[in-house]
Amino acid sequence: MVKDPGLDETIKKLTPQQIEKTINQVLKGEGARMKAYLTTCVHCGLCSEACHTFLSRDRDPNFSPVGKVKNTLWEMVKRKGKVDAEFIKNAARIVYTECGVCRRCSMYCPFGIDIAYMLLVVRRMLNLLNVVPAYLQDTTNSHAATMNQMWVQQDEWIDTLQWQEEEAQMEMAKARIPLDKEGAEVMYSVIAPEPKILAQLLSYMSQIMTVAGVDWTMPATDGWDNSNMAMYSGDFETMARVERLHYDTALRLKVKKIVMGECGHAFRGGAYDGPKWLSWRFPPVPLIHAIEWYYELLTTGRIKIIKKFKEPVTVQDPCNTVRGKGLHHQLRYIMNEMCEDFRDVDPRFEHNYCCMAGGGTINCGPPWTKSRAVSNRVKAEQLKATGAKYVVTPCHNCHSGIEQIISFYKLGMHTKFIADILIESIEKPQHLLA
Amino acid sequence: MNASSVNAKTAEPVVKPAVPGMDSWDWETSEKAIADLVEMRERFPEVHEFSVSPDGERIAVPVKTEDGQYTICVNGEPWEQAFEKAWYIRFSPDGRLTALVRADDAWTVAVEGEPWEERFEYIWNTIFSADGGTIAAQTKRDMQYSVVVNGASWTNSYVSCRGIAVSPGGEKVAAIVQPVPLKEADIFGFMDGTWTIAVNDKQWDRNFINVYEPAFNSDGRHLAAEVRLGTCEYTIVKDGRPWQQTFGCIWEPLFRPEGGSVLVPARVGKSWVLVEDGHRLWSGEYDQLWRQKISPDGSRIAAVAAPIFGKWTIAVDDVAWEKTYSDCVLEPFFSPDSKRVAAIVKEDNRWTIAVNGEPWTETFEMVWNPAFSPDSKIVIAKVERGGRFSIAINGRLWRKNFQMLWEPVFSPDGGKILVRGVEDGKYIRRIVEIVELL
Ligand code: SF4
Ligand code: SF4
Ligand code: SF4
Repeated sequence: MVKDPGLDETIKKLTPQQIEKTINQVLKGEGARMKAYLTTCVHCGLCSEACHTFLSRDRDPNFSPVGKVKNTLWEMVKRKGKVDAEFIKNAARIVYTECGVCRRCSMYCPFGIDIAYMLLVVRRMLNLLNVVPAYLQDTTNSHAATMNQMWVQQDEWIDTLQWQEEEAQMEMAKARIPLDKEGAEVMYSVIAPEPKILAQLLSYMSQIMTVAGVDWTMPATDGWDNSNMAMYSGDFETMARVERLHYDTALRLKVKKIVMGECGHAFRGGAYDGPKWLSWRFPPVPLIHAIEWYYELLTTGRIKIIKKFKEPVTVQDPCNTVRGKGLHHQLRYIMNEMCEDFRDVDPRFEHNYCCMAGGGTINCGPPWTKSRAVSNRVKAEQLKATGAKYVVTPCHNCHSGIEQIISFYKLGMHTKFIADILIESIEKPQHLLA
Repeated sequence: MNASSVNAKTAEPVVKPAVPGMDSWDWETSEKAIADLVEMRERFPEVHEFSVSPDGERIAVPVKTEDGQYTICVNGEPWEQAFEKAWYIRFSPDGRLTALVRADDAWTVAVEGEPWEERFEYIWNTIFSADGGTIAAQTKRDMQYSVVVNGASWTNSYVSCRGIAVSPGGEKVAAIVQPVPLKEADIFGFMDGTWTIAVNDKQWDRNFINVYEPAFNSDGRHLAAEVRLGTCEYTIVKDGRPWQQTFGCIWEPLFRPEGGSVLVPARVGKSWVLVEDGHRLWSGEYDQLWRQKISPDGSRIAAVAAPIFGKWTIAVDDVAWEKTYSDCVLEPFFSPDSKRVAAIVKEDNRWTIAVNGEPWTETFEMVWNPAFSPDSKIVIAKVERGGRFSIAINGRLWRKNFQMLWEPVFSPDGGKILVRGVEDGKYIRRIVEIVELL
């Protein structure tokens, strides 16, 4: 059994009354939608075929979508919240570490039941009971305290942007990262791993923006991080605070749109879950994902490919941007434009398997790494079948998750972001160079 | 912008000038060509973003010089001193020009070209008191975080500091600070509380899970902030003591000008309500409620509200405007006589301004904050259309437009407007009679 103080220690403090009260309070608040799902499901099991954890774990019914609901929410409803602390711990393992809320199963259910939503309701209960895997909780705490995912201090943020501007200028004399520029066309927002561990991506974006001649800015204040792991731990108040600040920052800077870096979860938080909780039907400032942005720059000729990537390469369709917004054709356009030997996956597009890093599962941290990899053997097999050397993952979670799967199954591949390839492939006009 | 208060003896509203010292600005000279920006762009290898003084007499910009150093260029004249880096130029409300600068690998604030003597590993987030007298910023030294006020550093420092607030008169500076270090992924230590507020270099004696949005009252004697007491349990702490009532979530606190009570939008069940000192003030329940403002005479309250999901408007004294907007509505502004409220509204990605519930018919690609004339009759705002900037006055677009424009300011008597704009590459300060815009 995996040891995780976020589950092992926290359940010791629970009382039966507290568990019962919390479960029933959350159930009461969910209303008609939840009821409809619970009464509609005919237990046919068709959703099982959709789920990578079920497929990867030798079709163990406990890992099927309906099995996950059965072992958590259904029992809670059936027993009217009278479940014990061990049950809660097991529920936490299931909903946080064995479901990436990728929503593939909904496509296979004849009634379109949104199982991921039901499992998120369980996460909400667990969050209120403080039973959350420790590393995921720590990420949420970071959001709450710093408004970013990785405890990045305010000065570190600004300092990193200034440093990456200098890096970009070594390549392109005119490159800049204009900070806090009011009235810019575009606010570019990223998630905390960029300044923290992948700072070169900021320099790449600075160069791409320079080549494309974009009037852009990045905020010099909190509000730059658009990832949202609180959304996945069930702490919707923190999720909302982060999203509100993100949009308030864009509104303060008077930008016309927000372009967000290559992240699927940030996209979900920024485009759907965050705005909804805040009563915005749509984002108050138009928001596009990096896939849409690169597509726009390429199709309008603002950036041009002059040197295609030669090695065999495949791609991951991030659930939140592909199943969530149908960006797979734009993603294929980009892949074909910049790669000589693009090898598509099967299944693909909205039917692609989740990377199993999603929905906060990778944020559950090292204790769960092995279990996560075991739960996505099908992804390893799928990637291997392409014969590619590289996997492009336009999502930070997919990026780390797939890298782990690659190493666990010794696939001998590597992950790349779109920007990693673009920066090598695009034409950099002479007059901009250093 | 129109900061006003009530004269306690006569109960007459006293209209203070929108910006300190504006009575003495030049309201006569109709046109002053101040700087040639094209020429500046030719002279320096890099010219960054321009900033204009409140009185419009100066335009400043960080520039890179031929030898790769940075300085600030004011009306085309560079400061005497150059730096390794210079950015974040801000004019204080009383018109002093500040910049964050780095020399010999150490950072500080330079005011009118003179760097403060104290140096830091890092410095950021320069802010000012409303009267401009106090300049504060956040600092880092030896991996510890603190605050510097008018050049003098606090003696206490912290594991982190994430935001400062200055009282309107500048006598106090508050910071959200983390006095307790946390080990990596220490989720239990975090829930014990590691954050608090420090005011004028002295921290409160109680820590909280989180602290957000500190706000001073008008004379700076009281401070309120949002605090988090449990996973999803929030309240307001005033001068270090939390309210007894807790809520599912809350947004920014605001002091009433008189009496010192605190207004805050709070979440009860799935709705938002307006609360005063912990007790329900408005009976209305909203799907969202925030950015509450109090009228200059203290009698009315306006807030941004979504009466139902996805429909935004302004609620004044708990009555929502009839017309709602699908995209968003920004903070309300009261007229000096407290009778009118204006706010930026957005629908179908077009921006405009609504006054007392009536939207202007013209819409724009972008709209800046509305400003009322001193007699409350006229509303003006900077607007953008087709990549050019202009001023809309009571909803009508002025025929003149600019390459760049800063927000217009009414003269103290309301008869004129200060226009700070760039035309044909030149920054020009204009005084325009209201009649000319109408
Ligand atoms: S991991 Fe995806 S397919 Fe499996 S149960 Fe969760 S949402 Fe459904
Ligand atoms: S496919 Fe739909 S109806 Fe069938 S078991 Fe799954 S959720 Fe229930
Ligand atoms: S990490 Fe990527 S693939 Fe996995 S759920 Fe998120 S977006 Fe989907």
